[in-house]
Amino acid sequence: MHKLLIDSPDTEMLLLGNEAIARGAIEAGVGVASCYPGTPSSEIPDTFFAMFKEAGFYFEYSTNEKVALEVAAGAAISGVRSIVTMKHVGMNVASDSLMTMAYLGVNAGMVVINADDPFLFSSQNEQDNRYYARLSGLPMIEPTNAQEMKDMTVAAFDISEQLKLPVILRTTTRLNHLRGAVRFGSIKPIQSKGFFKKDPFHFVAIPAVSRNLHKILVEKYDQALELSEKSKYNQIIGSGKWGIVTNGVSMNYVQDAINDLGIGDKVTILRLGFSYPMPEKMIEKFLSNVEKVLVVEELEPVMENEIRSIAQSKGISMPIKGKGNNLFPRLYEYDPGLVRKTIASYFNVPDTSPAMVDVSALSELPGRPPNLCAGCPHRAMYYAIKKVYGPDAIYPSDIGCYTLGVLPPLSMADLVICMGGSIGSACGIEAATDQKVVSFIGDSTFFHAGIPALINAVHNNHNFTLVILDNGTTAMTGHQPHPGVDTTPMGVDTTQLSIESIVRGCGVEHVQVVNPLQVKKSIAAAQASKDFDGISVIISKEICPLYARAIQKAKKARPFYVNQDKCKQHLDCINHLACPAMYIADNKTMINESLCIGCAVCAQVCPENAILPLKKPA
Amino acid sequence: METKRIVFVGVGGQGNLLASRLLGEACISAGIPAVVSEIHGMAQRGGIVESALIMGAKSPIVSKGEADILIGFEPSETLRALNKCNKDTVVITNIHPLPPFTVVIGQGVYPDIDKSLDIIRDNVSLLIAFDGDELAAKAGNPLSLNMVMLGALVGSRVIPLKEDILKETISKTTKQTFLESNLKAFDFGLAASRIG
Repeated sequence: MHKLLIDSPDTEMLLLGNEAIARGAIEAGVGVASCYPGTPSSEIPDTFFAMFKEAGFYFEYSTNEKVALEVAAGAAISGVRSIVTMKHVGMNVASDSLMTMAYLGVNAGMVVINADDPFLFSSQNEQDNRYYARLSGLPMIEPTNAQEMKDMTVAAFDISEQLKLPVILRTTTRLNHLRGAVRFGSIKPIQSKGFFKKDPFHFVAIPAVSRNLHKILVEKYDQALELSEKSKYNQIIGSGKWGIVTNGVSMNYVQDAINDLGIGDKVTILRLGFSYPMPEKMIEKFLSNVEKVLVVEELEPVMENEIRSIAQSKGISMPIKGKGNNLFPRLYEYDPGLVRKTIASYFNVPDTSPAMVDVSALSELPGRPPNLCAGCPHRAMYYAIKKVYGPDAIYPSDIGCYTLGVLPPLSMADLVICMGGSIGSACGIEAATDQKVVSFIGDSTFFHAGIPALINAVHNNHNFTLVILDNGTTAMTGHQPHPGVDTTPMGVDTTQLSIESIVRGCGVEHVQVVNPLQVKKSIAAAQASKDFDGISVIISKEICPLYARAIQKAKKARPFYVNQDKCKQHLDCINHLACPAMYIADNKTMINESLCIGCAVCAQVCPENAILPLKKPA
Repeated sequence: METKRIVFVGVGGQGNLLASRLLGEACISAGIPAVVSEIHGMAQRGGIVESALIMGAKSPIVSKGEADILIGFEPSETLRALNKCNKDTVVITNIHPLPPFTVVIGQGVYPDIDKSLDIIRDNVSLLIAFDGDELAAKAGNPLSLNMVMLGALVGSRVIPLKEDILKETISKTTKQTFLESNLKAFDFGLAASRIG
């Protein structure tokens, strides 16, 4: 049995925050779960994937977040509890559906898990999605630790059913990727089938219907506010005259700081876990008992501004600060030291933080940026394209492992916006310049947001080359399947779609499928694309070696070595491929046998044929 | 209880996430309140991987200068993480180098290990340094470096966890094929830090 399906309440387990959310969904009897993976949310759907058959609910990796949200919406309108998970930028993709789902509402609990990424550990921006609650009018809740990740997921379903609205549960990377003790609750039986009761004059969002629905949504705000005022996740803790308002992971930093500084008797904390709508009466009560307030919230001054506004409307005047000089930044994530230091300085108490070791004498350490793995097929395709198109062509890229191609010496990414952005932006660059353009997009990303852009490119007679880096999986987020993947090895039954057929179906006439590990053929394909006037597509098809290993489909290949008698130190292998299995020791180019997977690309690149397979497989 | 803030640093693939997680599981078994933080995603591809375990506090991460213990799986990464330390920090480090690719393509110079160890030793309360890769290989599994480092942590006696609890946790979570070598690696680490 999957460890998260154990139905014995009070079991205690060390869980990843994302596993705790998955357990919460199980306890709430979720019937339908959908997602598009994305750090830091990916382990939630991966946990569902590992257990959904055994548990008996429906789960899918959807094509993108918008589709995923609609899947969950369809289920919840049909009376089945549903959950949909995504990262913060995924919410941008899903937002079109989200905004109107707030009007339509639901018949069973629907929870939208939104994972923000302060500090951009694995994202293209660090937008603050608390604004989505304000924009859509949907309630938002924010847990602070692993236990609450589980408990508040359960609570979110109840809130959703009370208000007949989807509820957004917002996390940040530190919460998704912490591990903490979680005490289980009991599991509600899964109800995986509902009934779609026709009610077109409620569920068909035409203007005449939506005018009325908007009124209902505004009325629901008052009900949500009432729930927020009474929520156990909104708490006033302590009775001191110094007020601190906080949410999410920052709550931990505040509690530790107060403890470290020994000012527990002087402070009152207002913790907002049901953070939209903000509980006005509770905030008024809190403000009336303190003399000054510090707001501790990562990213934008959302609570700070709203609390000031509430104070103003209640005629309360006192210093309410959060962001600013000597206070908190609007950038990146917070940490315990920053919060302790700022609390100490704002309330004028001695800071007890230990002094950091003086590292000024250290010489600069070599960087260790993430890198494409040894034997990664993306590296081989980058080599072929660069060989033909040269360093001056413009290379719009996309979201995935291959974005790492931006780093020298590959230097094969010039513009990255968002999922699917490589193709649309290529249309614009090509129209606005006389430069050659080659776009790169991964297979999963192509399905996610590339197809409409490719249709646009064909329809509007653009002229560039698109390389679809098809490694047979959604690699960066942890090898989730996508519509182009044969899921049989994973024990599930889905229909595999052909990228080539889709590309041809989009109207592309010049389509080539190559194995990027065959260097000469890849170069020839690149040349043919370059010579073609119009939209040409190269599908670079070779399985991700890490994924191949994971599903036990890795080819047994002999690792390579450098024959030192033949090597003349051109360093083409090092300078053009930058494979992490290669290194230089005592002025000799060497290959680390234990890292080399025998892709043989370097052997094809070497002008002296000095790179040869080892006699015996390692 | 007294707060203990432990930082693990290493390179993707060295298994430091498993080490911090096992330590977390052991804390739960021993009834010690603990929270672990990890880094997943893009940063993991051959880059620096940092995790942390905090006993007796709520915050899941450790600020600069605030580690009670720093466990380095790779010497240059231990050096890079020295900003997590203060004068009272105990540092436990593997001395087997894994030069990053930037060094290979001439974008940086790998630091001299002996000098690096001297710098660390001069700035913290205790440095325990040994070749963990060698111990892992001796235990019969080069991938058991994380067990060596866990053993060294317990052997240093800076955390209130006994070796039995860790061994029990390792036994519960390790595949049978690797169990013997993992426990051996743990013991080698234990011995290495007791001498150190």
